[in-house]
Amino acid sequence: MPKTVNVNVHHVTRIEGHGNIVVNATNGKVEKVQWQVPEAPRFFEAMVRGRSYQDIQTVVSRICGICSITHSLTATKAVENAMGIEMSEQTDKVRILMHYSEQLQSHVLHVGYLVAPDLFGFPSVVPLAAKAPDVVKAVIRLHRLGNEWSDLLAGRTTHPVTLVPGGLTKVPTAQQLIELRGRLEACVPDLVAVAQAVLSVAGSIPAFTRETEYISLRQDSPPAYTFYHGEIASTDCDGTVAVNDWKTVTNEYVSDQSTAKWTKWHRDSYAVGALARFNNNGQHLLPLAKDVAKMFGLQKGCCNPFMNSVAQLAEAVHVVEASKILIDELLTKGLKEEKVRVSPKAGKGSGCVEAPRGILFHEYEFDRRGNCVGADICIPTGQNHANIQKDFEKFVPEILSEGEDAVRLKLEMLVRAYDPCVSCSTHMLNVQFVR
Amino acid sequence: MTKPRIAIFDFACCEGCQLQLVNLEEELLDLIGAADVVEWREALSEKADEYDIAIIEGSITRLEDEDRLKLIRSRANILIAMGACATIGGINKLKNNFDDLEEVKKCVYGRDAKRPHLATQPTRSVDEVVQVDYYVHGCPIDRKEFTYIVRCLLMGKKPEVPNHPVCVECKAKGNPCLWDYGQVCLGPIILSGCGARCPSNGFRCFGCRGYIDNPNVDAAKDVIDKYGLTVDQLRAKMILFGSGQEATIHA
Repeated sequence: MPKTVNVNVHHVTRIEGHGNIVVNATNGKVEKVQWQVPEAPRFFEAMVRGRSYQDIQTVVSRICGICSITHSLTATKAVENAMGIEMSEQTDKVRILMHYSEQLQSHVLHVGYLVAPDLFGFPSVVPLAAKAPDVVKAVIRLHRLGNEWSDLLAGRTTHPVTLVPGGLTKVPTAQQLIELRGRLEACVPDLVAVAQAVLSVAGSIPAFTRETEYISLRQDSPPAYTFYHGEIASTDCDGTVAVNDWKTVTNEYVSDQSTAKWTKWHRDSYAVGALARFNNNGQHLLPLAKDVAKMFGLQKGCCNPFMNSVAQLAEAVHVVEASKILIDELLTKGLKEEKVRVSPKAGKGSGCVEAPRGILFHEYEFDRRGNCVGADICIPTGQNHANIQKDFEKFVPEILSEGEDAVRLKLEMLVRAYDPCVSCSTHMLNVQFVR
Repeated sequence: MTKPRIAIFDFACCEGCQLQLVNLEEELLDLIGAADVVEWREALSEKADEYDIAIIEGSITRLEDEDRLKLIRSRANILIAMGACATIGGINKLKNNFDDLEEVKKCVYGRDAKRPHLATQPTRSVDEVVQVDYYVHGCPIDRKEFTYIVRCLLMGKKPEVPNHPVCVECKAKGNPCLWDYGQVCLGPIILSGCGARCPSNGFRCFGCRGYIDNPNVDAAKDVIDKYGLTVDQLRAKMILFGSGQEATIHA
């Protein structure tokens, strides 16, 4: 056992945003273990104040470049909820289809570009591309497909422009959807190849577990693996909580080691993300996605945070399969242009969507002219910060004897497994409604 | 000839512009072949103290970030501001419209706002802190424009970026004018180069690339008069990405 272990990682690499890891241990005794979040706060809840209900999604999309579609969708849903605006079935389906493109893009980015180098033992995807060119090429093709799919439906790869309260500014043509369906069908072998490549190095996934509360959306009627509809569910309780009551779940507080707020519900911390969705809804994955989970022995009730990346692989397959079904339904009904007509009114409402990295909540209040007078946003990574800290506290004593380098690498891998979006999580706020 | 060393740094932002670099896919590997990317926290593990070209993403909102940016500037021969947060302050400047930043902090952090680690300053674009040599505009940046500018620099050429309004590119695409559909579109006063991507998808230009030189805001006023809209409506759109920039509109 090394006498002292001191790890001080300033700004963990290959994650979105800025996080630090601090570990001090002497003679096998852990003195300090900290996950710190020093990201510059950006104060979005203040920045949307006074803005029109038409501009909210444009502003808050900028919370995150990687999950900008999810942020825009959540904001749009919250505005619609506040003003009592109903969605057409077509809009609902096209939005979900758009959201799936971001899930694929983000999961492939995370597993392929950010996590795989650790499992294969490389510092980044660049040397990995030289060593395993076929796998990296499959990752690139899938990532490009996710992006071009976003381009088609959201108008841009990042920061969508087609989403507006009440509908969409543009509806895809039948021909475009038929082409997309063909590409989705054709990408399945790439998905399987990437899953098999990860499986070949799955021995590098640390066998760490800690009993954890997992929180995600759950849809009961009809039962489905949901990212968009449903209510809030936890592995610690049976019922669900309505989206408008999300603050009874998040219970945010300010920690001295973080500029992002932390959250807790039934325990000291909880986790959100692909593994949380799998643990709440895994039985509803489509068959091919279930096969991928099975390949890795992933089962409901899994409390190994490193398996989040495996759950992401299963979800990547699920969204492709689910999208093919959605496209068929849209084509059968026939696509039509729909006029967006909304008149603003006063109200307050919430929206909730599963970002690739976990459940996301937005709440807004508007005056009668539709100008925003208050906002409250709670980000998935903010909800994971306390859980990362709790994992650190259990994990570090278990691996201390392996020495400084191993502790550093494994803690970095643990942070990456959560697929954190630190710049998202920082600035997330208190409800302070100013009238 | 040794390859130029490129380092990429991020400040307060959403990292969506870095994501556009990842989205270059194979082309990114070409870039990494032509240059030596020595630091890029989001994608690589490596860190470096020496580089020729520094690419800066994000706005400056804290004292410690100002020091870090000045250090980067002192080490780099060429400094590029990438994306609206860096080039014009972008969406982050919305908070500068509040008279009192303590109020902004309270709005987010409530009674915890006074804790020292939550300190903040008015948002500044990169060129309000250090000298900027080249700009890659947009929120997010256009991948093709980025590779064009970097390719020029690697070949020792000066990149040419258009200085005409978005309307030029929008008209060339044959789009119907969104003003005719009741939208307050900033196309007439905003720098093009984006291919009029937003109006082409039925969504108004909200000005993420910043103003053209000498934007004719008075003409924009004539346009709003024609469509029976108000100066307040135009100003509310200009504020999204244009807060704290020079173009102002008088009622």
